[in-house]
Amino acid sequence: MPAVRGDGMRGLAVFISDIRNCKSKEAEIKRINKELANIRSKFKGDKTLDGYQKKKYVCKLLFIFLLGHDIDFGHMEAVNLLSSNKYSEKQIGYLFISVLVNTNSELIKLIIQSIKNDLGSRNPIHVNLALQCIANIGSREMAEAFGSEIPRLLVSGDTMDVVKQSAALCLLRLFRTSQDIIPGGEWTSRIIHLLNDQHMGVVTAATSLIDALVKKNPEEYKGCVSLAVSRLSRIVTASYTDLQDYTYYFVPAPWLSVKLLRLLQNYTPPAEDPGVRGRLNECLETILNKAQEPPKSKKVQHSNAKNAVLFEAISLIIHNDSEANLLVRACNQLGQFLSNRETNLRYLALESMCHLATSEFSHEAVKKHQEVVILSMKMEKDVSVRQQAVDLLYAMCDKSNAEEIVQEMLNYLETADYSIREEMVLKVAILAEKYATDYTWYVDVILNLIRIAGDYVSEEVWYRVIQIVINRDEVQGYAAKTVFEALQAPACHENMVKVGGYILGEFGNLIAGDQRSSPLVQFQLLHSKYHLCSPMTRALLLSTYIKFINLFPEIRTQVQEVFKQHSNLRSADAELQQRASEYLQLSIIASSDVLATVLEEMPAFPERESSILAVLKKKKPGRVPENEIKDNKSPTPVNNNHANEVNNTSSNSADLLGLSTPPTSIPNSGNTGVLLDVFGDIYSGKPANNSTSSASNRNWFVDPKNRDNLGVNNTGETIRKRIREKNHYEDSLFVCKNNGVLFENDLIQIGVKSEFRQNLGRLGLFYGNKTSAALQNFFPTLQWSEENNVKLSIQMKPVEPVLEAGAQIQQMINAECVDDYTDTPSIAVSFVCNKVPHKINIKLPLTINKFFEPTEMNGESFFARWKNLGNTNQQRSQKIFKATAPMDLQAAKTKIVGFGMQLLEGIDPNPDNFVCAGIIHMRSQQVGCLLRLEPNKNAQMYRLTVRSSKESVSVELCDLLADQF
Amino acid sequence: MMQFMLLFSRQGKLRLQKWYVAHPDKLKKKITRELITTILARKPKMCSFLEWRDLKIVYKRYASLYFCCAIEQCDNELLTLEIIHRYVELLDKYFGSVCELDIIFNFEKAYFILDELMLGGEVQETSKKNVLKAIAAQDLLQEDEAVEGALRDIGLL
Repeated sequence: MPAVRGDGMRGLAVFISDIRNCKSKEAEIKRINKELANIRSKFKGDKTLDGYQKKKYVCKLLFIFLLGHDIDFGHMEAVNLLSSNKYSEKQIGYLFISVLVNTNSELIKLIIQSIKNDLGSRNPIHVNLALQCIANIGSREMAEAFGSEIPRLLVSGDTMDVVKQSAALCLLRLFRTSQDIIPGGEWTSRIIHLLNDQHMGVVTAATSLIDALVKKNPEEYKGCVSLAVSRLSRIVTASYTDLQDYTYYFVPAPWLSVKLLRLLQNYTPPAEDPGVRGRLNECLETILNKAQEPPKSKKVQHSNAKNAVLFEAISLIIHNDSEANLLVRACNQLGQFLSNRETNLRYLALESMCHLATSEFSHEAVKKHQEVVILSMKMEKDVSVRQQAVDLLYAMCDKSNAEEIVQEMLNYLETADYSIREEMVLKVAILAEKYATDYTWYVDVILNLIRIAGDYVSEEVWYRVIQIVINRDEVQGYAAKTVFEALQAPACHENMVKVGGYILGEFGNLIAGDQRSSPLVQFQLLHSKYHLCSPMTRALLLSTYIKFINLFPEIRTQVQEVFKQHSNLRSADAELQQRASEYLQLSIIASSDVLATVLEEMPAFPERESSILAVLKKKKPGRVPENEIKDNKSPTPVNNNHANEVNNTSSNSADLLGLSTPPTSIPNSGNTGVLLDVFGDIYSGKPANNSTSSASNRNWFVDPKNRDNLGVNNTGETIRKRIREKNHYEDSLFVCKNNGVLFENDLIQIGVKSEFRQNLGRLGLFYGNKTSAALQNFFPTLQWSEENNVKLSIQMKPVEPVLEAGAQIQQMINAECVDDYTDTPSIAVSFVCNKVPHKINIKLPLTINKFFEPTEMNGESFFARWKNLGNTNQQRSQKIFKATAPMDLQAAKTKIVGFGMQLLEGIDPNPDNFVCAGIIHMRSQQVGCLLRLEPNKNAQMYRLTVRSSKESVSVELCDLLADQF
Repeated sequence: MMQFMLLFSRQGKLRLQKWYVAHPDKLKKKITRELITTILARKPKMCSFLEWRDLKIVYKRYASLYFCCAIEQCDNELLTLEIIHRYVELLDKYFGSVCELDIIFNFEKAYFILDELMLGGEVQETSKKNVLKAIAAQDLLQEDEAVEGALRDIGLL
């Protein structure tokens, strides 16, 4: 047993030894149960238990808890210890509470008084104990009880430095739970000026606090920029002896440096003050220079600390994205790291270079390292490093190196780790499509993908290759020939059969002239795979066969034989049975004219962004480089709050990248100018329950989820009809979703994609001309009064006055929520088509709930806030209303999630109820909102209650959401 | 911000856990199990960082103990390694060449030292001297109490 310092607890040490000596899990549990019984009886019976004994038993309980057992008593004894006049007892009491607290909320009320006493103590050690406890618990109650005391401690002149440090971080912790705790006004400048404090420890702690405050209110804390730059400047120019104990392995104050560099990443480079900007650049240069100096120590701690600062400086350089010279230097530095001995450095260098690759200034410089990166992908021993290399190759890819990079990735894919294959497949598919100049190359790449890693090729990938082949005449013959060859392999992946089946069904005629791929050979080749395939692929092949009857009447008999087979005509699978029998009848009854019309070649798909990209983004939210060189700088100030980003991506999972891709016009699209894009919601979401498919259109579907509208041409028409029925311009639909078709008639289709972050929103409106004539005098105008615009400020980019036949254009709209508002802005789109003027009014999906940030919280804090907000009638709004559609809890859930709040599951005692929490971001303020929706299935009624700190907001939210059910 | 720190042995036994975010006990156990398995499966020369859910995991092994921290995307991995190192140095200084047993038997001290180094998931005091001073001051308070107690016991006070 090792010696114990301070006043050891012998009983505890003996107990721990006993546990360690237990030979089996059972013995250990037995010993623990014995101890628990002992402690329980001591706590119950013996009234004369002294402080030491209480401390000892509480400590034992703590140990048992840390072994992974549940502890359901002893809390009161721990609370008693808090008020002990012996420090060691008090300290153990606090430790127990910190470790076990979030399980017992009643406890918190009991300890607040003890904490208050210690906070007021003259002994800084007691004060710090109290602060540590507040920070460990960090609950709403703590914020309420100590919200005024801690800021005072922080800035007061008589507070000791050690207490200030704890106070700063304690305040930060409370600020994270309740944002309103920080007083504004004169406090702002006092807090900012902590950056000038003499004591490095105080500055280090304060910088973390300021960083969080800046994220919430960048304008107010702007003054911190110049102070932070000065402080940083003093550190980077300091010699390592200057800062004494704050020098870590010869690196001056690495923690503070990193925090300051991080703080500065909340702002764009200080433009209005060239002096500050100059000094900052000097600092960054100095850091880059130091990286070239020989190390002052061989210890890894020295290199880690030094490089930590360097990487953070490079992050800032990338964030500022304004100094070409610095960006290129950063890139060279990272290039050196790529071949460093330390795996950690190689990993970080690859990661950081990914960001550099997206800057126009350094993109070329990054490309110089292509060889090394390819080697990393192939040779690194650690899969996480290889993964980073793949990410970087993806980010640095452009037209000039695409063929090489794609080829290397394909080669690597043959041996790549299973864990990263799926993502690599997506990346290869995206790059091949994006940079294809010759579509035969694209087809080769995708077929190779299927060959090498067929299991990892998702539906999106093979759908996409088909869309592209169908849209490009020049590649169809080549595609048919290549899939035909690929299908000849003895073992070929089912995905290859799918692609092969689809393409030969459409374009098999283009290679039928060659005896080696005559109609019968094609048919037999495909059918030789039939029995090995899943029902879904078989269904697809049956469609191919009926198409063959149209393309090659000479093999009609053989095809009909297949339809007639028992295994098809009487298949256990209803879909196969139905297809076989209907196709058979169609081939018997229909004249060749009818066949030719029904089985006509598929019309071109509208050009649109690859759906694969959306899948990749969903897989790795926030980690997929935009792959487009940034063209516009982010507005001042930038919010880097990563958690928000993740939330955003997950709540509107539809890709947001679409906004940055330039609009393309649809080539010879005829009358198919429907943005298939927006069908996504209907296909992939819940099967649209209101458009119960009529028998006639069901026939042609394998599964509404799969875009296999191979069957016949008129499927497209049915879909379009369904969309029209469904969409009939209901703007209330867009309260709970961000993307889709806003409006459609025979002339025009207007789609929208939108993304929101904090109080800012960006909408892309897509106008598609469905006619064969140009729309002249095309003017969308915003309908939003001046007085409304003060609350929700909207800017609309102008568009060209002519919308060509079949073309699609995009219009960007930026919105900022300044204050709460109730109305919804709309636009009037006026244009002239065939000399007839038209005017369409549509509401924009810019309701106030779009500015929600979902907030996680546990049941305890939810109901505490709920109660709090319910005290006055002004803050809540309630509606009880009858369900307009049959109650479907799954659909209701989708709507609620789409509404933008965090759905808190498992909190409400009634599992059918929904409770949610969120914060509405406005420039002027943030409004926290709670919501509860109680469906009553028997009565077919809903009760919806919204509580927030602002009545107008509660009422508006309640109105908006009630309309959805 | 650091979300949590775990100390566990090569055998996968958890020795210390510090959570800077509130999670239900069940989730904590699940996370702990998952991470211990993941990290123990990694080979010695591998990178000390890994992506896990939306967090970054930074870990390092010292003798028989693994130190593992979860940080957020914007946090600095290398410096987190050095937080671990600083903590090890502090433990080492305090216990005098620390070993796993010291942490098992004096887990409360390990917590107290960590609380001086970090607060609410952020670094509070990076100076080794200052942290040790704070811990020494705590111990002094205890020893005074102990002496006082002893004196009272023999009737001198």
